[in-house]
Amino acid sequence: MYSFDMTSEQKMLVDTVRRYAEKNLRAVHREAEESKHVPEKVVQTGWELGLLPGFIDAQYGGYGEYSALTSALYLEEMAWGDLGVTLHLLTPNLFAIPIAQFGSDKQKEQYLSLFCNDSFPRATAAMIEPVVQFDPAELQTTAVKEGDNFVINGKKTYVPLARQAELFLVYAQESGTTQAYIVPADTQGVKVGKRIKLMGVQALEMYEVEFENVVVPKGNRLGGLKGIRIQKLLTLSRITLAALAVGVARAAYEYALAYAKERVAFGEPIAHRQSIAFMLANMRIEIEGTRLMVWEAAYKFDTGEDAAKAAYLAKNYADKMVLDVTDGAVQVLGGHGYIREHPVELWLRNGRGFVTLDGAVVA
Amino acid sequence: MAIEFKTPEVIEKQLRNVQIVAEHAMRPDSRRLDDNEHERPWRYINMMLPQMQELERANIAAAKARAAKKKEAAMAVKSNGHHGGVAVLDAPPPAEEAVSEPKESIANMTLVHMIEMLSWGDAGIYLCIPGGALGGAAIQAVGTPEQIERFLTRYTEGPPKWGAMAMTEPQAGSDTGNIQTTATFDPATNEWVLNGQKIFCTNGKLALEESDGMVVVWATVDKKAGRAGMKPFVVEAGTPGVIVAKVEEKLGIRASDTATIIFDNARIPADNILGDPEVQSGPGNKGFKGAMKTFDSTRPIVAASAIGIGRAAFEFTRDTLAKEGVKMEYGKPRWKLSAVQADLLEMEAQLRAAWLLTLKATALLDARQENKLESSMAKAKAGRAVTMITQKAVELLGPLGYSTEFLVEKWMRDAKINDIYEGTGQINTLIVAREILGYTRNELK
Ligand SMILES: Cc1cc2nc3c(=O)[nH]c(=O)nc-3n(C[C@H](O)[C@H](O)[C@H](O)COP(=O)(O)OP(=O)(O)OC[C@H]3O[C@@H](n4cnc5c(N)ncnc54)[C@H](O)[C@@H]3O)c2cc1C
Ligand SMILES: Cc1cc2nc3c(=O)[nH]c(=O)nc-3n(C[C@H](O)[C@H](O)[C@H](O)COP(=O)(O)OP(=O)(O)OC[C@H]3O[C@@H](n4cnc5c(N)ncnc54)[C@H](O)[C@@H]3O)c2cc1C
Repeated sequence: MYSFDMTSEQKMLVDTVRRYAEKNLRAVHREAEESKHVPEKVVQTGWELGLLPGFIDAQYGGYGEYSALTSALYLEEMAWGDLGVTLHLLTPNLFAIPIAQFGSDKQKEQYLSLFCNDSFPRATAAMIEPVVQFDPAELQTTAVKEGDNFVINGKKTYVPLARQAELFLVYAQESGTTQAYIVPADTQGVKVGKRIKLMGVQALEMYEVEFENVVVPKGNRLGGLKGIRIQKLLTLSRITLAALAVGVARAAYEYALAYAKERVAFGEPIAHRQSIAFMLANMRIEIEGTRLMVWEAAYKFDTGEDAAKAAYLAKNYADKMVLDVTDGAVQVLGGHGYIREHPVELWLRNGRGFVTLDGAVVA
Repeated sequence: MAIEFKTPEVIEKQLRNVQIVAEHAMRPDSRRLDDNEHERPWRYINMMLPQMQELERANIAAAKARAAKKKEAAMAVKSNGHHGGVAVLDAPPPAEEAVSEPKESIANMTLVHMIEMLSWGDAGIYLCIPGGALGGAAIQAVGTPEQIERFLTRYTEGPPKWGAMAMTEPQAGSDTGNIQTTATFDPATNEWVLNGQKIFCTNGKLALEESDGMVVVWATVDKKAGRAGMKPFVVEAGTPGVIVAKVEEKLGIRASDTATIIFDNARIPADNILGDPEVQSGPGNKGFKGAMKTFDSTRPIVAASAIGIGRAAFEFTRDTLAKEGVKMEYGKPRWKLSAVQADLLEMEAQLRAAWLLTLKATALLDARQENKLESSMAKAKAGRAVTMITQKAVELLGPLGYSTEFLVEKWMRDAKINDIYEGTGQINTLIVAREILGYTRNELK
């Protein structure tokens, strides 16, 4: 059937994450952005929610199984709180989720338990490359098999938390397909470069990383001989990012709505005018429409149906929607929307990031 | 409950049948009926008739059961009052109870799927579906068991008959509160006397002149009372003083008849009024509110019809381009898509967003939950989306798109109506805006 009600477990989880987002993420979001730094405490409390272990099998120390839908539900709440800090918190997922999805039993055994501890795991992934027309399915970074090893060469950028990372999941092209390799940070040839500066999500530390003749044993190829299916990974990434986009858009919409009811111009609240009220109504419609597309894609992923197209449609729709909505929110606030005292300008800058991050975030 | 996105097998099965109707009794006639505006789609009508009569039978049974239950409850409350708090007798449930809809109904979910598919076939032809249509829906929603029996039984048997709803007037379209048609009660004959003019009544001619149908007509019993004075009346075919004065010539959905109806001292029986004849405003004004509520259930249907046209246009465009080597490549980064691919992607995503909004509004309806916001969101979105999608389709196909050799140009003309009737795009956006802002019609005009 078509049903739109969360399970009671999902409702509880979403409630918990919403409270965390309200109390913790919103409390630090401006400060984190301006100082370009995520406070340690908010990371720790975020990690203590136990979201990632909830997606890891009990045999590896977790207490659940992966659900793209459940993930989408709480990702919306987190992004509603703050996108920059959320992406920091999700960084371990970039390593753990692909391992859980594609890893061999041995790899799961070796790595997944690292994500079920009390402390925030130091793992990340390197996907995006500093090229125009970047395409996760046609990477410039290469992995070449030499004997019992792979040799990796290439430049990556947008690698979150690279400086503190102990483990990288590096995506590279191997005979025409995209594969992933587990690379310990202390491997020779791994060079973490400068921190990159972006238009938004500035709280998140992201780096350039170069891999120069990095040699890893063939057992570090994710999924062993089977490898990974990049389109499946992209599907997950698209669901993740689209869910986050819905959260950012909802934050902007809610803020603009409340503001429009308070702000008086020409003798009455600006929300009394259709030109404002209709913008808000359309924001609501678009957010809801996108959310349903995200849910559908996630539902398909979870039930094993082909979710690629649904996720692709949802992500592309969300990319545009989040820009329209956050831009609309700035517009509703007028000159005040342009001032950093209000969060809407930040949400507009953050909203712009989604189209760029395709493939780089999975949670 | 859990979130789920899966078309039930029973609906899938019915859809396969409806698709056959669409392909064999609609598409082949599309162009001819567009060229010959007032011709009737008999092939389609005859094919649909048995199914529709069966559906009306089920609807009527369910509506009667609901109405009887309401009556029962009302009587129970009354007797409770009379006897000063004595417990209500444990009356046996009414006989019709057995046929009342189960809690987990999928009636509306089935309906929107069917209508989406029929409109994929042809939206103008679809509207000529025999049955009570919007008029029937209003009677089902607020009629007494006796009225349901008297007015709707005709749709379950015999030759095809139509129903319609006449609200719009020359000076009252979006502003339904401004209708001028009057209904005056004549105690001498125990009749209502209707005077005025209705325009744009879908199936008006089919209902009043070409079959033994009926039209639900909105009239005011007290102009000073505004909306509270507005009541729905059932006017049957053959009523003296009812004149179908004109049938419109339109941009699209030309197979559908759109009639002007004049009421010149048209007399109808006293009990042809739907709901309470008393003029009451506020929560007591159940007749108006009740029938207005039918919009919450019909807007998803209009949205579904819009989406059917949009899907037809999208699929045709996609498939035609694919034959020419322009294939959609799902999965490629956006910046690697060609402009045409990006347009196709946008069309498909828009369609999906509108459809899912429609399904959500419908699911709430089936669960008997409030869905005013959701149904207006779906309608506003669908109307706007398919306007864009069909216009794009004409554009992307170049000379083929604009040519009447294909149906794309017709679909563009057909699609536009969905942004106009059952509340224009603006009116539905206005409803959404009021809902989310918590505003009354005075705060947001
Ligand atoms: C960087 C910057 C530089 C500036 N420089 C100057 C300057 O040098 N000198 C100066 O005097 N000002 C300056 N301004 C102020 C600027 O002109 C105002 O911000 C602008 O006029 C909007 O007013 P507001 O911010 O109070 O928005 P509001 O008037 O509160 O408007 C909020 C929203 O409501 C809408 N709205 C308001 N009334 C209506 C209506 N009747 N119908 C429909 N929509 C309505 C607006 O379009 C807007 O979307 C500057 C602003 C900025 C951000
Ligand atoms: C083919 C067809 C079939 C129809 N079938 C039926 C039927 O079966 N029964 C029936 O009763 N009616 C029917 N209608 C009428 C239809 O519902 C009305 O045309 C529609 O409600 C709009 O009313 P109007 O044409 O008077 O436009 P108007 O109300 O004059 O609107 C003109 C424009 O102003 C906008 N507008 C009006 N008020 C506002 C506002 N407050 N805020 C912002 N914008 C506003 C409208 O959105 C529209 O863009 C049909 C119409 C057509 C064309």
